Amino acid sequence: MDHQAVVPFIPNLRRYARALVGDRHGADDLVQDTLERAMRKFHLWRPGDLRAWLFSIMHNVFVNQLRARRIDPAAEIPDELPGEPSAAWSAGVRDLERGLAVLSPEQREVVLMVSLEDMSYAEVSRALGIPIGTVMSRLSRGRERLRRHLDGEPARPALKAVP
Amino acid sequence: MTPRDDLLQAFVDGALAPAERAAVEAALQGDAALARRVLRLAEQKRLLKERFDPVLLEPVPERLHLRPPAWTGYARAAALVAVGIAIGLALPSPFDKPATAPIAATQPASASPASPFAARAARAHAVYAAEVRHPVEVDATQQEHLVAWLSKRLGTPLKVPVLVDDGFELLGGRLLPGPDGPVAQFMYQEASGRRLTLYVSARSAQEGPTAFRFAQDGPVSVFYWIDGRWGYALSGEIDKGALSRVSSSVYRQLNP
Repeated sequence: MDHQAVVPFIPNLRRYARALVGDRHGADDLVQDTLERAMRKFHLWRPGDLRAWLFSIMHNVFVNQLRARRIDPAAEIPDELPGEPSAAWSAGVRDLERGLAVLSPEQREVVLMVSLEDMSYAEVSRALGIPIGTVMSRLSRGRERLRRHLDGEPARPALKAVP
Repeated sequence: MTPRDDLLQAFVDGALAPAERAAVEAALQGDAALARRVLRLAEQKRLLKERFDPVLLEPVPERLHLRPPAWTGYARAAALVAVGIAIGLALPSPFDKPATAPIAATQPASASPASPFAARAARAHAVYAAEVRHPVEVDATQQEHLVAWLSKRLGTPLKVPVLVDDGFELLGGRLLPGPDGPVAQFMYQEASGRRLTLYVSARSAQEGPTAFRFAQDGPVSVFYWIDGRWGYALSGEIDKGALSRVSSSVYRQLNP
């Protein structure tokens, strides 16, 4: 097995990164950093799930970029968003990308790995280094949140003032 | 009874066993609101794919190609990183494409004609690795003596990489003459009997850039690099990919 085994996964890494980061340039930066790191660490890879390995590297690079604020923190809208939808919010209710940006990065990772990559929950658990239970709760909350956004429902209807 | 949420997610993802799936379907039959919600989740998955699947068909931009030219920007920016990448990439040798234009001497991590240093290392490998009875002057049972002796002759503290994890045991080493003074050669052997040699010599004034390079001399593959005043070459009759992995171990151990 040599490094060329990585090549078939590059389009998948790009698709996932595009959905995760939003803009094309930032997404390809993430892919490039991931590939660079994968090449440097390729000798550490032992035959097994190459896709989960690559996605785990991308996860680490992504987390570092978030910390270094190389990725737009706008994507990090806190979980406890006030219930009253803003004008911008309402205008974008049907916008999938805006909806993704509303998810926490942790939720977005899980939702996208499962939805775009069709990864099994066990694979996601390996790639992110988190228990399956955590995968399930992030998936469930992330999907529900995205659903509310797409349906134009406020994030926390319970807090919405009732006239 | 409403199914647990993780079952609903697994239902959407088609990850349920038939019995569980039937149970969820039955629950959805009796709960229109739940059925609507699950339908919306399934639609969401489809929407995500519709929106992002076209990325799969885009041509991969040049900067993401796993070929040496795509990485030279990085290599120039950070020589050490370039070394790592070059090792990982197992670069094509110049002998694969004899017709290519000469490569600028400043371009690291590229294939280039075998330098005299690499050629010497390859010849020394061919001569001594073929020795059945006397492959080394001092064998690995006297490793301490071997290292002290060669370090003294080369005038620098030598470190002998441990390549057991890569499947190679140290056999021992020998002292060789070189144009720029004494040369140390360490020999390793795999269980199959296949051998690798690590050739360490003072850097010659004629040696070019310090990048990690690959050369082929007959059946012998050589990865070589210059680090400060010293040149290192790892030679063996093994494929480039395997040799590059071992070279990576050697490099990491010499540059912790």
